[in-house]
Amino acid sequence: MPELGRACLLLALGVCIYGIGASLYGVRRGRPDFALSGRRSVYALAGILTVAFAVLELAFLRSDFSFNTVADTSSVTTPTFYKAAAVWSSQEGSLLLWAWLLSLWSSLVLFLTRRRLREESAYATAILLGFAGFFDCLMIFYATPFATTNPAPAEGVGLDPLLRHPSMMIHPPMLYSGYTLCIVPLAFGMGALLARKVDAEWIRATRRFALAAWLFLGVGIMLGARWSYSELGWGGYWGWDAVENASLMPWLTGTAFLHSLMIQEKRGMLKVWNVSLVLATGTLAIMGTFLVRSGILSSIHAFGGATLGVPFVTLIGVLIAASIYLVYTRREMLASEHRLDSLLSRESIFLANNVVLVGLCFVIFWGTYFPLISEALTGHSASVGPPWFDRYTVPLALILVLLSGIGPVIAWRRATVANARRNFLAPLGCGLVVLAALLIAGISTGKPLAIAMFCCAAFVLGSVGQEYWRGARLRRASSGEAPPLALFALVRRNRRRYGGYIVHIGMAVLFVGVAASSSFQHASELSLSPGQSTKVGAYTVRYVRPTGTITSKEDAAHTGATMSLGAVLDVSKNGKHVATLTPSEGFYDSGEPAQGSVGHLIGGQAVSHVSMDGGITRDVWSAIAPDISTPRLLRVMSIANKTIPLVRPDEGMIALAVLVREYLKAPPPAQFHLIVSPLVLWIWIGGLIVIGGALIAAWPAPSAIRRRVRVGLRSPEDRRDRAPASPERGLARV
Amino acid sequence: MSPARKRTVRLVVALSAAVVLASALIYTSFSAASPTVTPSQLVREGVVGREYQLTGKVKAGSVRHEGQTLDFAVQDRAGEAAIPLSYTGQVPDPFKEGREVIVTVVKRDGRYVGQRDSLITKCPSKYKVTPSKGKTY
Amino acid sequence: MAALLTLVLLAAVIAVVASPLLRRRSPAAPAAESVDRAELQSAREAKYREIRDAELDYRTGKLSREDYEAVDSSLRAEALSILDGLEALEERKPPARLS
Repeated sequence: MPELGRACLLLALGVCIYGIGASLYGVRRGRPDFALSGRRSVYALAGILTVAFAVLELAFLRSDFSFNTVADTSSVTTPTFYKAAAVWSSQEGSLLLWAWLLSLWSSLVLFLTRRRLREESAYATAILLGFAGFFDCLMIFYATPFATTNPAPAEGVGLDPLLRHPSMMIHPPMLYSGYTLCIVPLAFGMGALLARKVDAEWIRATRRFALAAWLFLGVGIMLGARWSYSELGWGGYWGWDAVENASLMPWLTGTAFLHSLMIQEKRGMLKVWNVSLVLATGTLAIMGTFLVRSGILSSIHAFGGATLGVPFVTLIGVLIAASIYLVYTRREMLASEHRLDSLLSRESIFLANNVVLVGLCFVIFWGTYFPLISEALTGHSASVGPPWFDRYTVPLALILVLLSGIGPVIAWRRATVANARRNFLAPLGCGLVVLAALLIAGISTGKPLAIAMFCCAAFVLGSVGQEYWRGARLRRASSGEAPPLALFALVRRNRRRYGGYIVHIGMAVLFVGVAASSSFQHASELSLSPGQSTKVGAYTVRYVRPTGTITSKEDAAHTGATMSLGAVLDVSKNGKHVATLTPSEGFYDSGEPAQGSVGHLIGGQAVSHVSMDGGITRDVWSAIAPDISTPRLLRVMSIANKTIPLVRPDEGMIALAVLVREYLKAPPPAQFHLIVSPLVLWIWIGGLIVIGGALIAAWPAPSAIRRRVRVGLRSPEDRRDRAPASPERGLARV
Repeated sequence: MSPARKRTVRLVVALSAAVVLASALIYTSFSAASPTVTPSQLVREGVVGREYQLTGKVKAGSVRHEGQTLDFAVQDRAGEAAIPLSYTGQVPDPFKEGREVIVTVVKRDGRYVGQRDSLITKCPSKYKVTPSKGKTY
Repeated sequence: MAALLTLVLLAAVIAVVASPLLRRRSPAAPAAESVDRAELQSAREAKYREIRDAELDYRTGKLSREDYEAVDSSLRAEALSILDGLEALEERKPPARLS
């Protein structure tokens, strides 16, 4: 079967090369049959890569260890769910996933635009196939998923226990979907520039792809943050790590693009800016993909050696050079048709929003790549830490939230000053009420930025709430519906606007969660013996008793730990019991006989299993690092290692049971990490609201509503009332 | 002032503000950054009292828990030079001998001290470049 | 087994990719008019949306009546010019059957 996989990769490369040639020939010589053939190459590519992916997936599910990738990342004892997902936990498998997803999205998009954008999509086809071909070459020449070993080893290394968590398994496909979807607008952007047609058609098509990319990327980032928080032993959701930042940057430029695109649509302005944003988003997505695999930056996720570095750097260089060239040579075509009518307009708010977002992206870019920059400039590599990032991103985030509250209140083109002033009163009032409440409650000591964020969020909620209120009232006035129905109908008829408002509410809620959980957190790291207790914030945490289990095949969490040691913690507040937490540390098999016949059973990666009580107002989070290197326990281990032969893992497990019993009988003090974080739940809730709002905004409006505008002129000179020449004109209704 | 002039003024003001902010950013990044060094570099060039980001492997046999403090030595990835240090704070799950780590250190009183909670252990490579035995494509 | 599957796959790919080239009747190249028509239709959709947005802005109290009427008439004038363009295309040539 690996031969089939290898053949697929070669066939895919052939199809890519042919498709590029056919598309380009078709568009340059006006041969639609060749252009169609080129488009079909993409469909064919999707088919081929699906087969290749299926071959690899089957190998994993069948535990076929002749495949090197399977042997490196899976094992017989790995639970099935993780076997299936282990496909993309290796370099080779993840490259295949990336290429496969790219081919699927490209096929979908090209199918949906098959009747429009002919020239642009022919160029876009060639570019998309170019990317697919690049990744295909990486797989053929550098890191093939279908390398085999003969004879096949009997057992694999197994999936890194750190990755055995459902969200860690969904996070890569989501993130890759986001990254690959970012390539689509890039391809269409370049295609539009090549065809010299950056116009309404292009805007309409690109918006959909850009929104999909933005959505998937956002979900991927959220899943990564959630996984980090609920699984890793450090209790945080964002560390300004290079790889986190790499995924955030294209998301930021994508957000900017979605906003500024509306300005181009309305006023024919910012064309250069928009194509630059779209090209930058795709390039940043490639850079993000590359960062994870190159080890050029020291970070937690320094995967792989530098083998893939050179091809990627070349690709990025080509992308940047091509982008600059295309934009420069088409600059006349991209000249603005109009200017900003007025500073007090929604367009200028969007412009400000773009500036802030790009500024944020620049800050993060600078900080992330600083080790390389400083090495190039000073010869010494240096890096900046989270405090530096926080210092610059927090004020920018504040401005962003503020802008998202100002926008809904201002009209397009030119707002009436008096009306705008009046409309600001209620939202401003909300912000001030919250400020007063916080000051009175005495919470505000020494945390001005968090307080500012709460007030800005209140401002946004007031502003958006006012919009919904007015809109629903309007609707009820004309249709007499009950309020819930009126709201529903309102949103249904103006999805982009009201869906967008929901996204802004979601972001405000999310930032409230971030501000509260970072500024008002109580954390404690200390050693406790059973019976001891400690105070964290307003909560008292008592170490009740230790726990210990051994499992030979699968533990309760289905992650394959051989031994688990933990604790039962009682959390109370003001004497009242609040929650019982059971953090534990899982020990895994290392497969290294040098650690001893029993030692190797627990000598592998240790993984902390966090236990937390999540609530509306706060999360109580706990992690434990039990101490198994006390003299008594070490003696038990060394006796076991000496007396139990390597080839008897069953007896080794019995020895572990003895170890666990000894631990429970006289438990040494264990290291605990305890955190009380307010309002963390609202980060995830905010994220869900954002997704919901985006889906509403993206959903196509019912066509009956879309097309009914009666066009007439009201100026005295021309009272010509056009008779409807097509059924598409009727009366406008909110 | 004509509208065109107004626009030019606005543009100049905005650009100047951007340049000033960017310069502030760039300047502070150089002063706030701590140099990334390997143990052999630190031995050669280390200055007392200055913070460094030390990267390397945890030296086998050097790990010792002393109450709240973790003592270990960081070794060059491909060499012998090793820096022993005392670290207090959070220890990530993947930490063990042979693993690659990054830790912020300062030299004080002749000893290297790891800054609190600054220890990062590199995720055991998902994408490790293992030499595979047998036929490779 | 693998070789057989590969051949099947290869045949399928060739069939899919080459079929447009072998058809007797090649798909008609889109006339310049239909491309322009698509462009104008998209522009028209966008303009209708703007008109509705402006009205919504007015009715939710963001614009005074005078400002609204000014914006509305300029938008409608822009829409009219788009519709004029579309009608000119239709007069020149009836919409071709797109493949």
